[in-house]
Amino acid sequence: MPTVLLFASAREAAGQAAHVIPGSTLGEVLDEARLRFGADFARVLATSRVWINGEILHGDVRRTPCRADDEIAVLPPISGG
Amino acid sequence: MNGQICGPEELVEDFRVGLTHGRVPVSEMIEWATVPTCGAVVMFTGTVRDHNGDRVGIVDIDYEAFDRLVEPRLRQIAISARERWPSLGRLALLHRVGQVPLGEASVLVVVSAPHRGEAFSAGRFCIDVIKECVPVWKRERGADGTSAWVPTGQLIEDVTTAARRWRPADEPEAVTR
Repeated sequence: MPTVLLFASAREAAGQAAHVIPGSTLGEVLDEARLRFGADFARVLATSRVWINGEILHGDVRRTPCRADDEIAVLPPISGG
Repeated sequence: MNGQICGPEELVEDFRVGLTHGRVPVSEMIEWATVPTCGAVVMFTGTVRDHNGDRVGIVDIDYEAFDRLVEPRLRQIAISARERWPSLGRLALLHRVGQVPLGEASVLVVVSAPHRGEAFSAGRFCIDVIKECVPVWKRERGADGTSAWVPTGQLIEDVTTAARRWRPADEPEAVTR
């Protein structure tokens, strides 16, 4: 199953930094993440970017296929520097 | 954290990129970037400030990063700067993670070049693109014990896109992030 990595406000809202979540598409995985982590996480997710294996996704991201060894990262707006 | 570009005759280290967990080695990087072919060395540090908008009394900032993707992204930014300004000498791009106290540096850009024009431009390019592309988040902590993530609204961008649309800023006062 894909592993979801969570950072900053997404990590705090979910209560953990990494979680294995089932799903064959990114949409399925993120829907399940919303169910598991609740409304605060859903709000953070709505303003975040999502990467798969370190790559930014473009277009219809919900239909992106997910494999068991994929790493899905939820990245809230950044604030480095 | 050392970048190496293999030339036709010799191996030349010309950039250093990466994360630091302690103090950013500012003086060391300036010395390293100072080479005989370059007459200009520009340095920028982002330091922890005691206020941010209406929030005052900030005592430190806790930086969190997607650690293993920071160095590759900094390396991409360094390569992109060299493509844009081929005469650049050396580049150091470092970001600190963990708790950074008031007044200390959290990010460092050092660029050397034959002349000041490209050194200043490339330095500005590097810090601007870092702020758009490097997966780092900061949580400010105040003297009253409260803390909060800094809401920038800056969605992380890929380096190619950010580099392509970068333009020199002519109104620095407008930049508040």
